[in-house]
Amino acid sequence: MTVFSHSVAGALPGASDSIRPMIFGPRGWAIFGTVVVLLAGGIPLLNLILPVDSPLHVPDYLIPLLGKFACYALVALAMDLIWGYCGILSLGHGVFFALGGYIMGMHLSLSAAQAGLYRTAFPPFMEFMQRDSLPWFWAGFGHPAWALLMLLLVPGLLAFGFGYLAFRSRIKGVYFSIITQALTYAAMLLFFLNETGLGGNNGLTDFKILLGFSLQEPTTRAALYGITVASVAAAYVLCRYLVRAKVGRVLVGVRDAENRLMFLGYNPLHYKLFVWTLSALLCAIAGALYVPQVGIINPGELQPANSIEMAIWVAVGGRGTLVGAMLGALVINGAKSWLTAAYPDLWLFFLAALFIAVTLWLPGGLLSLLNGRRGGKA
Amino acid sequence: MRLPAWLQNRTAVEAAPPPRDLAHRLETGRGVILYMEGVSVSFDGFKALNDLSLYIDEGELRCIIGPNGAGKSTMMDVITGKTRPDTGSVWFGQTLDCLRREPWEIAAAGVGRKFQKPTVFEQLSVLENLEVAMQADKRVRISLFARPTPAQRQQLDEVLTLIGLSGERDRLAGLISHGQKQWLEIGMLLMQNPRVLLVDEPVAGMTPGEVERTAELLNALAGKHSVIVVEHDMAFVRAIARKVTVLHQGSVLAEGSMDQVQADPRVQEVYLGEVVA
Repeated sequence: MTVFSHSVAGALPGASDSIRPMIFGPRGWAIFGTVVVLLAGGIPLLNLILPVDSPLHVPDYLIPLLGKFACYALVALAMDLIWGYCGILSLGHGVFFALGGYIMGMHLSLSAAQAGLYRTAFPPFMEFMQRDSLPWFWAGFGHPAWALLMLLLVPGLLAFGFGYLAFRSRIKGVYFSIITQALTYAAMLLFFLNETGLGGNNGLTDFKILLGFSLQEPTTRAALYGITVASVAAAYVLCRYLVRAKVGRVLVGVRDAENRLMFLGYNPLHYKLFVWTLSALLCAIAGALYVPQVGIINPGELQPANSIEMAIWVAVGGRGTLVGAMLGALVINGAKSWLTAAYPDLWLFFLAALFIAVTLWLPGGLLSLLNGRRGGKA
Repeated sequence: MRLPAWLQNRTAVEAAPPPRDLAHRLETGRGVILYMEGVSVSFDGFKALNDLSLYIDEGELRCIIGPNGAGKSTMMDVITGKTRPDTGSVWFGQTLDCLRREPWEIAAAGVGRKFQKPTVFEQLSVLENLEVAMQADKRVRISLFARPTPAQRQQLDEVLTLIGLSGERDRLAGLISHGQKQWLEIGMLLMQNPRVLLVDEPVAGMTPGEVERTAELLNALAGKHSVIVVEHDMAFVRAIARKVTVLHQGSVLAEGSMDQVQADPRVQEVYLGEVVA
C-alpha cells in the first residue's frame, strides 16, 4: 500500500496529456492488478481450499462456467477492437473462435489417443465413423508446440487472406458484415461433413488430458480458469495499449473518415488488415481456451447466430470502451445461463428486448450507466 | 505573420524523421514542382477536365478561380490520386508520377490537401488530430510505437498557437465551432509540412478578421511551400494572388496577374463580369 501511495505522489504533471500512450496510471495498475489477482487466483483458491460446506466455497461446477465467461470476454475484446475502434463489424468471428477450438480439440483428442487413453489408438470419432486412418492434416497435432503454431497460423492466415481480399476491394459496412456471415456459414457446412475428418455433426469430445494433466481434476480445472483470466487480462492490456497509442488514433480515423486519412498519407488497408488479423487471433485463442473447459467443440459454434450474438455483447456493453465489451459478454452470458435454465422459452425474447432497449435508450451501452460518460462513441 | 522556424526551413524538419523513400527520391531542382499536361477527365460523357495543362513553380502561390463546374475540384482530385484521368500526365517533382501512385503515397511524398468542407476526426481531440496529421513515417509498424519527440511536441504547440486553438487542445474536434474546424484543418495541413498545399475554399464561413489572418498565413507559407488556392471570394483572391489561373469548362481560359485576367474580355464574359459589375 505504501508503494502505491508513493507512486501516486510521484506522478508527473501533464500525465493526462491526450497523446501520451499510457496503459494505466499507477493507480490504474494497482486496481487492475488487484482485480486480476482476485479473479484469477482468489476464486480458484476459494474452490480448492475451503471445505465444501463453507458459505464462501465456490462450487466445482462454477469454475468451468466462469472460465467459459472469461473466454467470451476475450471474444468481446477482439470484437470491440475492430468494431468499436475501427468500424469493422464482423458477423463471422465465430469462425476464428471455432478454428481455435477445433485446433485445441484435435490436440486434446490426439494426445489422449497417443497416451492410450481411448479404446483404440485413434480419437473416438474415428471408430464411430468407421475410418481406419487419420486425415493427413491431423499429423503432428499430438505435439503441443505444433498445435500452438497451428493455433496462430491457421486462423491468422485465414483472417489475413480474407481481410486482404475484402479490404483491398474496399468492401465496407454492411456488405462486409454480410460476407463474414457467409464465411461462417460456409465453414459450418464444411465442418458438418463427416468427410472433412473433424467428427462431423458431433465434433470432437471426450477429452482426457492437457499437457499430461487430467481434465477431470479440480486443480487442472482451476488452473485452466486462472490461465484464461490471465489471458483476458493480457489481451486487455494489449488492446488498451493499442487504442491509446498513435495506431489507435489512426484506427479511429479509419472508422470515422477513411478518405481523409488517405490524404494524410496513411494506407488504410494496412491498418485494417493489422487490426483484423489481431482480432481474429485473439478470438482463436479464446476458442482454444474454451474447449478444454467446456469439453466439446462441434459445428454448432459456427452457426451465424453465434457470431451475431458476439456483436450484441459488445453493443450492449458499450462499443469503443474495451471494458464495456467485456461487461456486455459477462452480463448477457450470465443472464443466459440463468434464464435458459429457469425460463428456457424466454431467453431469446429477453435478449432481443435488451438489445432493442440499449439501441434506443443507451447508445453508449451499459458502461455509460456506470460512469456517466459520453454515450455512443461511433 | 511569423511562422515557426521549422515551417520556414524545410530541411531542418526533414532531418528529424527519416523521410519515406518517395519523399527522398523526389529530387526537384528549383523549378516546376507540379506539372499537369493534357489532362482530360469525363464522367458519363461530361468533360470535367478538357486537355488541362498547368505548371506550378516551387514556392509559388497560385489562385485558381472559375465558375461552378469549371473543374477546380476535379483538378485537385486528379493531383491527389483520388480520380484517375482518361488521358494526360501529372508529375510531382521530376520522379513522382501521380497517375501511378495511390493517394496515400502522393500525400506521403508531400502533397497536402485541405478540403472544401472541413473534415476533421471528430472523435479525436484537437491535439490528436494534429498528431495524426504530423509529418512522419505513417506505416503501421511505426505507428505502433511512435511517441512525439520533444521537437515534435513543440511543433504541435506552435501550430496550436498559430491556429488559435491552444485553449481547445484537449477538446473533441467534433465539439468545436465550424470556423475552428476550418482552422484545425489548416493546422493539420501545416503539421504535414507538405511541399505543395492544395487549399480548397479556405475562407468559406470565416469572419472578415479570420479571412485576413488566412491571407496572411498563406502568404507567409508561399516561398517555402507551393500553395494552390481554389477560392470564390474575389476580395480574398485579390488580397493574396500573385498569379491567377481561370478555369472554364475544364481547361485554362486565362492566366496572369489579377489585373490581367480581369481585363480579359473572355474572362469577364464567363465569370468575372457578373462579380465585378
